[in-house]
Amino acid sequence: MATAEDIQKQIETLQIQLDSLKQNARTKIDKMSSEVKDSNPYSRLMALQRMGIVNDYERIRTKSVAVVGVGGVGSVTADMLTRCGIGKLILFDYDKVELANMNRLFFTPDQAGLSKVDAAAKTLSFINPDVEILTNNYNITTVESFEKFLDAIRLGGIEKNTPVDLVLSCVDNFEARMAINTACNELNLNWFESGVSENAVSGHIQFIKPGELACFGCAPPLVVAENIDEKTLKREGVCAASLPTTMGIVAGMLVQNTLKYLLNFGEVSNYLGYNALIDFFPKMDLRPNPQCDDRWCLKRQKEFQARPKVDIPIVDEKVTEIVHETNEWGIELVSEDVKEAPTVSSTGLKLAYDPINESKSNEIPENQTTNDDVSLEELMAQMKNI
Amino acid sequence: MVDEGTKKTLQSIPLLQTRASPRDKDLWVQRLKEEFMALIKYVQSNKASDSDWFRLESNKEGTKWFGKCWYVHNLLKYEFDVEFDIPVAYPTTAPEIALPELDGKTAKMYRGGKICLTEHFKPLWSRNVPKFGIAHAMALGLAPWLAVEIPDMIEKGIITYKEKGETSS
Ligand SMILES: [Zn+2]
Repeated sequence: MATAEDIQKQIETLQIQLDSLKQNARTKIDKMSSEVKDSNPYSRLMALQRMGIVNDYERIRTKSVAVVGVGGVGSVTADMLTRCGIGKLILFDYDKVELANMNRLFFTPDQAGLSKVDAAAKTLSFINPDVEILTNNYNITTVESFEKFLDAIRLGGIEKNTPVDLVLSCVDNFEARMAINTACNELNLNWFESGVSENAVSGHIQFIKPGELACFGCAPPLVVAENIDEKTLKREGVCAASLPTTMGIVAGMLVQNTLKYLLNFGEVSNYLGYNALIDFFPKMDLRPNPQCDDRWCLKRQKEFQARPKVDIPIVDEKVTEIVHETNEWGIELVSEDVKEAPTVSSTGLKLAYDPINESKSNEIPENQTTNDDVSLEELMAQMKNI
Repeated sequence: MVDEGTKKTLQSIPLLQTRASPRDKDLWVQRLKEEFMALIKYVQSNKASDSDWFRLESNKEGTKWFGKCWYVHNLLKYEFDVEFDIPVAYPTTAPEIALPELDGKTAKMYRGGKICLTEHFKPLWSRNVPKFGIAHAMALGLAPWLAVEIPDMIEKGIITYKEKGETSS
């Protein structure tokens, strides 16, 4: 058993370690300086201004971004934004750091067991204490947490009572993506969806502007076609593989487009895919589906149509608008660099599954619940006593 | 894509009609009634065909579900707690069914003991929104998972038979 003296000694050692950490951490900086010197953490970013890439880089301090999912993609995303000097980051995750995560970037083995958001917040504020970091440790897909999530992004802006400037989805499952989709359609917030395939050899980012670009519920998810023969595709004994490379590249694509969007430079990609097997980066535009199941999406589409548009002349004549033949949902796929009207496969992208509604086929037998006058309580009791 | 066995199972489960999530107050109550009617029918038909394999109940809002499922292997009955939440985007997204006591015991699970579904489940579910409900998720998601994973885990000695009354380790 440890004596009081032992514990006293341990406290002293820890105190010394803590003090040394504090000395290493830098103090906050009020204004980003463009002065080129070794001690200025922002000099290379402010140089983007001098080189004419970005006007007024320091605007980044007025921006607030929500990162939902702090795993392989989300943690690196948060890291990059922190180093870029983003004003505010709001992190969401309900998972803990595990040793099984060590094939990815960012987290370290000593953080195993900590909540991902807390571990990330600690590292991030050490890297850049100027960034305001908020953490939310809950599963956004549950009914009660979803309300908290809505408030957090609705009121998460730098200014009081303003929403975040952008939501970044770095989650690894359909349920959470649809929850973000529901929230952003309702709140009319722009967001990026990101994803890495379960076999780790492809990924994508998708920009979603409610009403203007397809929402996540407008069609089955658009994913990169890997052209791996189904017969050789093995999924035995595992749910998912992951590579730090693919995740790092997707996080890079995500943050690059986030910076372009927030700081108004270059061109924001609406859909950018990555096929790691052949190093191919397909691009697309996805228009909303007028028959989307999400009623807020339909409302946003009406609002967008009513808004006056700026006439943008077509710069690239090669850009052809096509509608995929078997595409009953009216998603328009716009391809670059392809002269003849491409099919989904020739663009290197495909829908995750065919959007056929089986109610039209007779594959599933019709046998509906009849709504007789039984109360919910009676049914609950009946189920319990069955 | 739907095989004969699945078709037969589906025939015993009534389809649902109301598209509502727990955030849709009154409509949700309607949907919940349909959920229970479908579940009751399904369990009754399981009992009738001597293939009874689960019981479920929910909190009064119908947002949290819990119960038991069991699997018979070599005449021994292996029983597990089952639980899940109704996601906010339900029924567009299916519930993520979890068997918490098996968490960490098989690679065919996500964190928290959520079962890893086959690549056929999600497309099938998506094409049948809002007609598929909890009973369908059990029949098309959990049942085939148990049939593959439980015998495998028993063989590998990862799970062992427990006499009635014993608590899970
Ligand atoms: Zn939509």
